[in-house]
Amino acid sequence: MTTLTLAKALNEGLRRSMEDDSKVLVMGEDVGKLGGVFRVTDGLQKDFGEERVIDTPLAESGIVGTAIGLALRGYRPVCEIQFDGFVFPAADQIITQLAKMPLRSLGTLKLPVVVRIPFGGGIGAVEHHSESPEAYFTHTAGLRVVACSNPADAYTMIQEAVRCDDPIIFFEPKRRYWDKAEVDLLGSGLPLDRARVVRKGRDATLIAYGPMVKTCVEAASAVEEDGRDLEVIDLRSLNPLDMDVVTDSVRRTGRCVVVHEAPVFTGFGAELAARITESCFYHLEAPVLRVGGFSTPYPPSRLEDHYLPDLDRVLDAVDRSFAY
Amino acid sequence: MTADAPRGVDAPPELVQLLTPEGERVEHPDYDIELTAEEVRSLYRDLVLVRRVDLEAVALQRQGELGIWASLLGQEAAQIGSGRALTDADMAFPTYREHGVAWCRDVDPVKLLGLFRGVNHGGWDPAEHNFHLYTIVIGSQTLHAVGYAMGVQRDGAEAASIVYFGDGATSQGDVNESFIWASVFNAPVVFFCQNNQWAISEPLEKQSKIPLYKRASGFGFPGVRVDGNDVFACLAVTRRALQNAREGQGPTLIEAFTYRMGAHTTSDDPTRYRLADELEAWKLKDPIERVKAYLFRNQLADQEFFEKIEAEADALGKDVRGRCLALPDPPPEAMFQHVYADAHALMEEERQQYLSYLAGFER
Repeated sequence: MTTLTLAKALNEGLRRSMEDDSKVLVMGEDVGKLGGVFRVTDGLQKDFGEERVIDTPLAESGIVGTAIGLALRGYRPVCEIQFDGFVFPAADQIITQLAKMPLRSLGTLKLPVVVRIPFGGGIGAVEHHSESPEAYFTHTAGLRVVACSNPADAYTMIQEAVRCDDPIIFFEPKRRYWDKAEVDLLGSGLPLDRARVVRKGRDATLIAYGPMVKTCVEAASAVEEDGRDLEVIDLRSLNPLDMDVVTDSVRRTGRCVVVHEAPVFTGFGAELAARITESCFYHLEAPVLRVGGFSTPYPPSRLEDHYLPDLDRVLDAVDRSFAY
Repeated sequence: MTADAPRGVDAPPELVQLLTPEGERVEHPDYDIELTAEEVRSLYRDLVLVRRVDLEAVALQRQGELGIWASLLGQEAAQIGSGRALTDADMAFPTYREHGVAWCRDVDPVKLLGLFRGVNHGGWDPAEHNFHLYTIVIGSQTLHAVGYAMGVQRDGAEAASIVYFGDGATSQGDVNESFIWASVFNAPVVFFCQNNQWAISEPLEKQSKIPLYKRASGFGFPGVRVDGNDVFACLAVTRRALQNAREGQGPTLIEAFTYRMGAHTTSDDPTRYRLADELEAWKLKDPIERVKAYLFRNQLADQEFFEKIEAEADALGKDVRGRCLALPDPPPEAMFQHVYADAHALMEEERQQYLSYLAGFER
């Protein structure tokens, strides 16, 4: 076991993917010499060369569009979008081409393209650098959407994503890039489309992904001595969604709170709440509650602590669930 | 140019032309082509047959057998000339109007009809023909072609990609990004712009203040304007550009100066925005008539040859019609197939639920 930050775990995962398969490319703005603005691709260009680690012109649609072309030629590009709020120039290529071309080809074409996006707030950034756009992509058939929450998963999930023959939007919790944990560099993780129970509990289920997993685990620990035993699920994959793990948990606990940074209104939590209602109706002691961002644009950073769900807001929702 | 002046009727001076509208072979200082009589007859056959397929498709749409059709009428020379310049190893990225290029890549014309009939979104294997699927979002495919060319570079292969787009597409961000990418990476790609003067109802001056081929110089690669109704010139210019690309000399922008003789699609009504005079003037530049005149003038083909081609065209039209009508509607479960390459739980769940719902009606 090795202790790595989440960013370094991604770096090691990418490195291993590139070693295993010469068709794997890394491309994006500043991913070469600089190693990416978060250093996720640090040292890869030095070791694999400019042909495989490509500093691209500053145009996101171009990054994804040319990655599609490279994939059509047999390559497996891993694109970096520098920040969540900058993915929108590429949204057309992602939604109209990347997601739909395999179906358009009646299965003759595969597009093994990974689009990595650092997402979420909490780092005191300016506008467009703290957003959570996952619901736009989970709503797009043809894409797989995943989010890692910790270094060990980051290491294996990025490798699984590169190996997958479908296009994948790979969300990275940017405020957790510097979190450290033990990573087994020789190990393999859960399959990419599986959720994980990260903390067992009996009284209520907290469901999260990406940066909010840690927040939920902390919330669960905080109420442990009060006698509340909260279960925490890390979804890992948003599309497809591992409902077996979710249903099993909520049927046991009877209460559920979904937590994400994205606005609650038509956010991913709405899909979870609807599905849980269908699959656990007779087991529920309270409606599925949601904690997330407000229906406002992401605020200036001096206000982001109010916007982002924190331990107290999660526990407030747990209290409301128990009040039913 | 005033808003109502006929467009492109007077040939611009910089146009590369090797065959005049009257069928006279002319010289150009930079481009030339040697074609045997057999090769010219073969090009003529291509032109006639793709026009016949196109007319049949328009008729099929009028009869309710296709939902829509995008006619290539008038653009046959641009497509056959450039399409015949490709080697098997080259890769073509079309719009939804490249039926002539598809013909050159041996794609069965009936396979083109699937998406217009609504039985699929694209019915051929791009890798089998090195002819990508039709792309409907304007200009998106230019980036795919450049990415593909970057792959060719990395493979060290003797090949190039060619991407088709129209005059309207040159306003798209993706097209401009693809110019930048191709230039910066010196990608082996040929940008083949068919300037057919109209983007649905919008004339060229809504897209550009300068001739389109001149755009290339700002991006750092050569641009050339060719008579898009001259199959010889289109072949010669595209051959050169592809060869340059394969030899590592980077991209070229070709502006094929042509005219959309028909409507944008069968849903369009050009009488609302353009003059009949313009159409009449362009009819005199017809891409097929000039090759026929050349063959006659030089006694390279006799009446029997032309009759044989007409008969072949009629048979092809009939065959395309018959097989179009026989295209089966896809079964409902086809919706759920090929959305993902690997197993996907949600897709499987929805497929099973819907099929069992349908089965409920059959009891």
